[in-house]
Amino acid sequence: MSGGHGLALYRPGDSPAHRLPAHVKILALLAFVLVVVATPREEYAAFGAYAVLLAGVAALARVPARVIITRMVVEIPFVVFALLLPIVSQGPRVDVLGLSLSEHGLLTGWNILAKGTLGVVASILLAATTDVRALLAGLQRLRVPDRLVEIASFMIRYADVVTGDLRRMRIARESRGFEARHLGHVRVVAQGAGALFVRSYERGERVHLAMLARGYGGSMPLTSTAGASRADWLRGAALPLAAAVVALTAVLA
Amino acid sequence: MHVPDGFLNAPTSVATGAVAAAGVAVALRKAQGELDERAAPLAGLTAAFVFAVQMLNFPVGVGTSGHLMGGALAAVLVGPWTAVLCLSVVLLVQALLFADGGLTALGTNISLIGITTVVVGWVVTRAVLAVLPKRPASVVPASAAGALLSVPVAALVFVLLFAVGGEASLSLGALTVSMLGWHTLIGIGEAVITGLTVSAVVAVRPDLVYAARGLRAPLQLRNADGTLVPVAAGGPEPVAARGSVRPLLIGGGVVALALAGVVSFFASAHPDGLEYVAEDEGFLATARDHAFGGSALADYGEVGGIPVGVAGVLGVAVVVVLGVVLFRLVGRRSPAAAKRADAVR
Repeated sequence: MSGGHGLALYRPGDSPAHRLPAHVKILALLAFVLVVVATPREEYAAFGAYAVLLAGVAALARVPARVIITRMVVEIPFVVFALLLPIVSQGPRVDVLGLSLSEHGLLTGWNILAKGTLGVVASILLAATTDVRALLAGLQRLRVPDRLVEIASFMIRYADVVTGDLRRMRIARESRGFEARHLGHVRVVAQGAGALFVRSYERGERVHLAMLARGYGGSMPLTSTAGASRADWLRGAALPLAAAVVALTAVLA
Repeated sequence: MHVPDGFLNAPTSVATGAVAAAGVAVALRKAQGELDERAAPLAGLTAAFVFAVQMLNFPVGVGTSGHLMGGALAAVLVGPWTAVLCLSVVLLVQALLFADGGLTALGTNISLIGITTVVVGWVVTRAVLAVLPKRPASVVPASAAGALLSVPVAALVFVLLFAVGGEASLSLGALTVSMLGWHTLIGIGEAVITGLTVSAVVAVRPDLVYAARGLRAPLQLRNADGTLVPVAAGGPEPVAARGSVRPLLIGGGVVALALAGVVSFFASAHPDGLEYVAEDEGFLATARDHAFGGSALADYGEVGGIPVGVAGVLGVAVVVVLGVVLFRLVGRRSPAAAKRADAVR
């Protein structure tokens, strides 16, 4: 129960990005994404500069491009949507390679594609360079309420157990020849979900009793006390500050 | 229902973030009455459950599959405040660990999925329960009604958010109609799954269903002479499995078919209703200079307003094909999971 199991998006390492305290990284990520979202979509060069900045961080953190690209699968629905927009949008049309595309659609599709991709890559970099436990401690340090952090830590710890339950149920169903083909089969799947809830809840009760037996008094003891030095904050601020400079020069130029 | 980056401008994203934080803060205080000091492990496991259940894909028709949002379900099972916490945590973890959802949209997503669906689902469930007979089984139709309404109401809240902070001008009327139509369909799927799941839990552990608390009849023993003797409260009470949810399924199916006939004008098979409506209404596709052109509604005559348009038909065709291909490729299962499943076989 010590590792993150399937949730392990973390890539152990000892780069400057890995060593930065988690709460600094979370704030830096948030500031960076905010700058990206606030950038006007016509500033194409600025988005290129953001991508270069992120590539720099990836190189610094020694996260291979292959890892980032495979994890970008999350984004596929948005990519499909963004690619469709120029075709289906209304408004004035332009001809590109013989296709009649909507100008507004092109711009908006580009907007979603660029901002979404930058956000996803930035988040992937955070998850790849930050241990789950450090991430939770970082949230705690950012004054996210203890209870919320505790819930999150239990969720992360048991997500794999619960999805494992779910997987075993599916295997059991399928080995009996069941396959959900139409809406009528929803009942079977939903009963699985009901059973899953009962199992999860009872597991929660057992976990709680086990914790009480080991002296749990209502809150988890804080084990990580590492703070951030001024140098850490400066290093963390480098990415969002660079992004802000890019955005400002793009808008003012 | 995930709101991607760029739908709402930066100030609105920050504002919804503040709303989400306030909602979560209230929920934190109130949740203590629901689960006492066991809150953390139980809420954590419930969050893991919601996380897992969102992976359950079910086919909704032409080549697409939907998944549960789980707001109403969680509210009925563990109580509304704990449910707000669970869903917020799920959304937070998805955004931070899986790059799923987008950080700037986190506040918006928590406000819509984490708070709106839970609150609406819970209020409607309570309202329906007040009318129905006081039996644990009444929770099933009540929760289905809560789930059914929670989705379109969340869609309406999104329309409201968009009217306030969208970066485009739009026809509010047409947008509302399409959002409602499409999300009513999604809501029916949510209602069926929620009702069936709750019915499965009520059948085995009615004591675990938060909304069913206080609905159980006092346990009575029937003596040999036919007299009934009440038993002191505390012992578990066996509850017969709910007979049939077929009426719910058939009714839902009929409504779905009827709606599909009407709403199919608006509806494509796109996996996400919000995105579809966005493209249909063309509110994504408005020029930037409108954003600061006075009222958010300025000039809306030139954009949306045509719910049944060429865009819709083309979108349906393209997206059906893409949807089928994509869901075959992505939605089914990962190669690793398939390998494991094969190994078991």
